[in-house]
Amino acid sequence: MNFEFTEEQLMIQQAARDYAQRELIQDVLERDEKAEFPTQHVKNLAELGFMGMMVDPDYDGGGMDTVSYILAMEELSKVDASISVIVSVNNSLVCYGLEKYGTEEQKQKYLKPLARGEIIGAFLLSEPEAGSDATHQHTRAEDKGDHYLLNGTKNWITSANSASVYLVAAQTHPDKKHHGINVFLVEKDSPGISLGPHEDKMGMRSSDTHSVMFSDVKVPKENRIGEDGFGFKFAMKTLEAGRMGIAAQALGIASGAYERALAYAKERKAFGTEIANHQVIAFKLADMAVKIENARNLCLKAAWLKDNDQSFSQASAMAKLYCADIAMEVTTEAVQIHGGYGYVREYHVERLMREAKLTQIYEGTSEVQKIVISRSILRD
Amino acid sequence: MKILVLINNVPDTTTKIRFTGDNTAFDTTRVQWIINPWDELALTRSVELKEAGAVEQISVANVGAQITEPTLRKALAVGADDAIRIDAEPKDAFFVANQLAEVAKDYDIILAGIEASDYNGSAVGGMLAELLDFNSVSAVSGLNIENGELVINREIDGGSQVLSISTPVVLIVQKGIAKEPRIPAMRGIMMARKKPLNVVAPADADAKTTLVDFTLPPPKAACKMVDEENAKDLVALLHEEAKVL
Amino acid sequence: MSILVYTENWDGKFKKLSFELVSYAAAIAKEMGSSVTALSIGEVADNELNKLGNFGAAKVLNVNDSRYNSFDNRALSMAVASAAQAEDAKVVIFAHTNLGKAIAPRVAIKLDAGLVSGVTELPSNFSPFIVQKKVFTGKSFTNVQVDADVKVLTFSQNSFELVETGGTAEIVAFDPQLGDDIFATSVKETNKVTGKVLLTDAEIVISGGRGMKGPENWAGLEEMADLLKAGLACSRPVSDEGWRPHTEHVGQTGKIIAPNLYFAFGISGAIQHLGGVSSSKVIVAINKDPEAPIFETADYGIVGDVQKVIPQLIEGIKEM
Repeated sequence: MNFEFTEEQLMIQQAARDYAQRELIQDVLERDEKAEFPTQHVKNLAELGFMGMMVDPDYDGGGMDTVSYILAMEELSKVDASISVIVSVNNSLVCYGLEKYGTEEQKQKYLKPLARGEIIGAFLLSEPEAGSDATHQHTRAEDKGDHYLLNGTKNWITSANSASVYLVAAQTHPDKKHHGINVFLVEKDSPGISLGPHEDKMGMRSSDTHSVMFSDVKVPKENRIGEDGFGFKFAMKTLEAGRMGIAAQALGIASGAYERALAYAKERKAFGTEIANHQVIAFKLADMAVKIENARNLCLKAAWLKDNDQSFSQASAMAKLYCADIAMEVTTEAVQIHGGYGYVREYHVERLMREAKLTQIYEGTSEVQKIVISRSILRD
Repeated sequence: MKILVLINNVPDTTTKIRFTGDNTAFDTTRVQWIINPWDELALTRSVELKEAGAVEQISVANVGAQITEPTLRKALAVGADDAIRIDAEPKDAFFVANQLAEVAKDYDIILAGIEASDYNGSAVGGMLAELLDFNSVSAVSGLNIENGELVINREIDGGSQVLSISTPVVLIVQKGIAKEPRIPAMRGIMMARKKPLNVVAPADADAKTTLVDFTLPPPKAACKMVDEENAKDLVALLHEEAKVL
Repeated sequence: MSILVYTENWDGKFKKLSFELVSYAAAIAKEMGSSVTALSIGEVADNELNKLGNFGAAKVLNVNDSRYNSFDNRALSMAVASAAQAEDAKVVIFAHTNLGKAIAPRVAIKLDAGLVSGVTELPSNFSPFIVQKKVFTGKSFTNVQVDADVKVLTFSQNSFELVETGGTAEIVAFDPQLGDDIFATSVKETNKVTGKVLLTDAEIVISGGRGMKGPENWAGLEEMADLLKAGLACSRPVSDEGWRPHTEHVGQTGKIIAPNLYFAFGISGAIQHLGGVSSSKVIVAINKDPEAPIFETADYGIVGDVQKVIPQLIEGIKEM
């Protein structure tokens, strides 16, 4: 056992913290209000190497471990979860899946620019009638010999408009049920792709979420990931890793709100003393601190398992479930500690509370995580 | 052109200042160490100059125990090519300058921060210049290298100047030398693994000063408040009570 | 044996801090049974040089040589060191300014002296020599013992009362005999802040922060500065936004100042800002946010709208 971070892990944490506290904080309120995509920040984060942190340097990635990724995600999310979901989708869904299961040609063509952050990627699994239940894909990928023809609609797609390359799940062999699903690399500007309107979300408002419609979109055969019918497994394996990014995001939202509440409680006076000196507030802070510590440990444990090539499916589901739930609790308490100030935009905590809610919903709802966890423990 | 940037390992600027041993030593428990902010700006400008092709090599050096290595490694991640750690507890500016003089003589430009945010000495750069018999310029807020010639902006008390000076030279830099300290990129952090961090044995040198003890400033009296509507009363208070107007 | 003071001048006049340094040196000289020699380098007229005697200088060494106008650090330090040697100086005192900080360390090496920078008080002891200085950017003080025969000090201005003695000084021309080749600094351009009070020499500083809302709202502060002969300053966000020039930025990473009176208009008082101004004798804060940390450090405060307060203050000052 060793609870110490390496010098490098600390350096990455500090780099993410510096960028978040120095740059992201400047315009986060404005971007939230205007629901503006943070193009320049994504470019800057790409230059710093945050868009493909864990990808092998041979494919232009940062070559860092998952623990570093967790630390970076927490720091970015303390300030701006809209940014961190873009970072998370690119790193732990798109780059991770492509690096692990893509062909050499696919990696040369797509992974390298994705890891450099020159382009970003999106992961298209959810459908209007299939969110948590990914086994029933209505989108069709018809085998036309040298290419596939895609038809259907995908929903709630993070970075849908800003991404250049999509990983799209679609059904090729409906008779084989989920064993008939494939995942394809699809370039966003392919003919036949159209986007629904920008979703006007409760939180994470500066990430661009759309539905994506496919109408006779031709996809070359060589853009399929893995063997015919590998798509469902690919999606599940990728989500195992993706959950870790969202878990760390939820952790960051919680710790960001906690830090603000702590500072506020030490400054704000009521009944003649700082409110932190009132036990009712002090105990709230203690509860928040314990939850955050637990959440962080779950994230780091899952990351450690992944870094040591051990099974992390159950651990990442636990981390995602717990972090998302406590993010909601901690941000709600942070607003409460701030009183009226907590309910206005300027003080950030109401935004963090809105952002926390999404972590219980996307990349597998809290309920789905419980399915994963319970199946895993009942199987053993 | 070869640059040496002097790196000081200092407590984070938000550190709560406490002392131990009957107020004779700074309490370093729970202190987070950072690169002295001005040194970090000096390093950032050096890296910019190297990227622009005006500088071939950047070294960083400090005097300190092993505990200071993370700051040197960060300097490598930001873009220095190699690091030198002189393995000694820094006693005072005279001692530190003498140590650095041993490793600094082959550089064209030596950059030092205008002061360290801990002991506020503002002395090592000037002392080093004197020991090496180099020119020095202080309060440097801009450095450009045009066709091998140094063009320097410096602040003087009450204005600013543009000047040129021949190398070798020690430049004591302040705010403005670079816009913001550079955040190390993943690639830099990765490359820092392979860059040399050489540990050098200290030279024989004495200190000329010792810190006897520390005191914290007395707690401030509560702020005297004046109503917004009666702001004029403040003028009277400053005139009659505080006697500063 | 003597105490040597390196004076600073500006446009042929001594800065106020030069008189403060001479007063401080005179107090040390009294304790050590010595006398004060002031060194003036630059182009200062005799009637101005005479003023130093009134603050306790027994002798003024006058280096009237325009070559020093480039502030060449090496040349200046050679000149000061040769004066120190000529006068057998045991203590050499500089101001803790850009110039003082640039030269003092070089002089200390030349004289094999111990250096203490940022000194705020008279020495508490002379054998051994112990003097207090600021550390941790004003968050603490330390007593420093100097273990060398010669002591070099840089002195934080506005830490010592001026003492007029009514004395006169003997003015002696001094030539350190430096060849032209020593003057390596070649100044191409000088931008002097003219017609305004030097921020680092000002007894009163008026400073604006983000709460001023925009550069167009500075007229009131400028008027106040004119009335009080005060220096103008600003917080970091203000200079970063380009509302005011960077030369006005005070704070840990900007200029560090210690005036007698510091006005903070619309400055919340981040720790980095306080690091640059906390040594001010009296701090006045005007801020709309009653929770602003500046009020923890301030001596006088008004919670309110700066734009409502400024005209009232101007009126009050005019009536004074």
